Amino acid sequence: MQNVETTKKLKKSMKPSQFLLNYALYIILITILVIVCIIDPSFLSMQNVLAILKQASTKGILALGVAGLIVLAGTDLSIGRVVGLSAAVTASLVQSVTFANRYFPQMTKQLPLIVPLLAAIAVGVIFSLINGFGVAYLKMHAFIITLGTQLIAYGCCCLFIEAQPSGTSQALSSFESNFKNWAGGAFSLGSIRVPYVVIYFAVIAVIMWVIWNKTRLGKNMFAVGGNMEAAAVSGVNVPRTIMLVFLMAGVLYGIASFLEAARILSVGSNAGLNYETDAISAAVIGGVSFSGGVGTIQGVVIGAIILQAINYSMLFLGINPYLQYIVRGLIIILAVAIDVRKYIAKK
Amino acid sequence: MQETKYLLEMLDIEKQFPGVKALDGARLMLRPGTVHALMGENGAGKSTLMKCLFGIYKKDAGTIKIEGEEVSYTDPKDALDHGVAMVHQELNQVLRRNVMENVWLGRIPLRYGFVDHKKMYDETMQVFQELEISVNPKEIIGNLSVSQRQMVEIAKAVSYNAKILVLDEPTSSLTENEVEHLFRIIEKLTARGVGIIYISHKMDEILRISDDVTIMRDGQWVATRPAKELSTDEIIRLMVNRDMTQRFPEKHNVPGEVMLEVENLSGKYEPTFHDVSFNLRKGEVLGVAGLVGSRRSELLNTIFGYYTKESGTIKLNGKVVDNRKPNIATKNGFALLTEERRATGIFPMMNITFNSAIANIRAYGKLLLSGAKMSKDAKWVIDSMRVKTPSQRTLIRNLSGGNQQKVIIGRWLLTEPEVLLLDEPTRGIDVGAKFEIYQLILKLAEEGKGIIMVSSEMPELIGICDRIAVMSNGHLAGIVERDKDFGGVQGEQETILALAAKYV
Repeated sequence: MQNVETTKKLKKSMKPSQFLLNYALYIILITILVIVCIIDPSFLSMQNVLAILKQASTKGILALGVAGLIVLAGTDLSIGRVVGLSAAVTASLVQSVTFANRYFPQMTKQLPLIVPLLAAIAVGVIFSLINGFGVAYLKMHAFIITLGTQLIAYGCCCLFIEAQPSGTSQALSSFESNFKNWAGGAFSLGSIRVPYVVIYFAVIAVIMWVIWNKTRLGKNMFAVGGNMEAAAVSGVNVPRTIMLVFLMAGVLYGIASFLEAARILSVGSNAGLNYETDAISAAVIGGVSFSGGVGTIQGVVIGAIILQAINYSMLFLGINPYLQYIVRGLIIILAVAIDVRKYIAKK
Repeated sequence: MQETKYLLEMLDIEKQFPGVKALDGARLMLRPGTVHALMGENGAGKSTLMKCLFGIYKKDAGTIKIEGEEVSYTDPKDALDHGVAMVHQELNQVLRRNVMENVWLGRIPLRYGFVDHKKMYDETMQVFQELEISVNPKEIIGNLSVSQRQMVEIAKAVSYNAKILVLDEPTSSLTENEVEHLFRIIEKLTARGVGIIYISHKMDEILRISDDVTIMRDGQWVATRPAKELSTDEIIRLMVNRDMTQRFPEKHNVPGEVMLEVENLSGKYEPTFHDVSFNLRKGEVLGVAGLVGSRRSELLNTIFGYYTKESGTIKLNGKVVDNRKPNIATKNGFALLTEERRATGIFPMMNITFNSAIANIRAYGKLLLSGAKMSKDAKWVIDSMRVKTPSQRTLIRNLSGGNQQKVIIGRWLLTEPEVLLLDEPTRGIDVGAKFEIYQLILKLAEEGKGIIMVSSEMPELIGICDRIAVMSNGHLAGIVERDKDFGGVQGEQETILALAAKYV
């Protein structure tokens, strides 16, 4: 058993260069935030921190969904448009019954919140299962099938909004207060107001951590993403694993859409646009590798928060919005460039 | 008929693939508690037959009975559940996960619905201890050496407590000690009554450990005999259907003046080799021997500029050449046949013309390529290498391993190299094709090319090389010469093995 001892020792002594590479992205991004704090110390207020956490929450939930797909060595380009459609469906079901131009005029009593939530999840799940079917059974690349479904979801969303009985195709708004309170509200904790979404995000992250680390599905997901053939010949049901991971993603997209409707309060056809960019970036910043089989929930959560902190700080400092796009683009490129370096075997 | 005399009966198995009948009346009868060797040239259908048993392929016809009962598995899980386990030729492992997860993949133990990490660890330890394998179950499997990974794979198969265990080329990357270790494990299993199907190309192994031998040719059953009644020559005769009195062609090459001088060469990134110096003559075949992990391939890859060199010089015909990148090395007159044909040799989805022309693509025009020229060269490759193929347009993946190898050698000859670096040129190639590759190598030497050839098969190094450089743990342990140290010399293998173990 001597060899066991030596391998244990070897593992502990990580080279400094290795450490730098593993945490390079965190170091760079946290440095940026420190610089922001130095430029304007008022950035570090409780109010700002809570705002960042609140905004990071919905995007973080999306990131937790897509992270599983990236672990499978796939991706999901349809997130934004699926969120748009799902949020529109949510909106139609939570409009105040006193609002004359509501989507369902026959709705005279406010629905229990579980109904719009399940409807939102249903939309997310349907699209995710279509994507999953394409990947698992039709053997399509996730990039292509989700490229297709994002257009389909957008079309559906526009048709849905256009079909308002009042004849308008305006954004859906005027939501009932119960919904606004539970999905978009906050509760008091001493002197601070903690948004509910932050709690939801935390709970979902814990559940996802358990699924990833403590269940067979989690183990099988990493195996399929790491080496599909090895998983297959070891008796793992590969298509079923893929379908289940897509299903989880769909559920999370649905929940995120429900919360997003409450955040934006007015759901038009462009709701959710480009959300996949943030979700995928958060996952990649958090160390989920595009080559598959690697990633942690902690990483995704931290990735989502750091990304949102950077976005928020740029807004806070009043940086030109177009310049903000450029910075966000650079962050994604940097994240992947560093990620790739981690796994290159130097020869 | 005696009841359930056999553990496994596979009768008249047929399997049709598009355009080729892979199995046609294949047969295998395995007795409990025995080792049954399955032999045949590459493409004879051994792996296909095993994949039909294991549920990876669906057989078209025939019957499979286990302990007298007919079975038909539709996926590997089915087979594993019914006591059939298999060590695959390719190491199917999830490299970034740890050892125990790989061992229990597909049947991860649960406790209250959640993964039971402790049980997974304990049972892995138990299997490893029983098999005397010293690997930490929590180590990431990608950090292990190939031979350790192979032992883990064997332990995994054993841990299924299978009645039938299929070992497809299990010793391809094991050292001699580890092979002995494996044989001890096999003995333990057969004593328990497990039936083992053993696929290997190594005759000495087969004759040593097997009880029965089944030989296949072109997807058909040829013979099943007790191993005691067989000799190497007899097996080869049955496999290729002709007498092979001579395993190596006659040597007529005469080494001339020194063409290549390698001085104090060291690689940069570990695992690598250090301070290697040797020279190569025109028309000489220089073998490179060594154990797995002795960095023979690293040496060739560094000379070719694919791996980064730390220090040292390479001189060709007295002039220093700077092989920083493979494309520069190619221009300088070097060619490298890589070790892993499937991974780094062929372009499987492309045809023979493409696969022939790709290394020499600059020669076919500056802006637009001349199809006629490429086609002419591909024809030359097919004719002069004697590639068996229906046409130039055939996708290379549809050829047998030997024919693929001939195309790749042809690819490099089109670049008119002076030095050919061949890394395991006959790996995974059947006996008949091996002979042709040897002929080709010797013919190239006769034409004055310098050839460096890495091989793990000692007989072939002794059979065709003029000198053999022996690597040991990243160092050049020594160079032995034909007619002095080997080539019908007593104790030649021992001499080389002693050098190979020098720095271990």
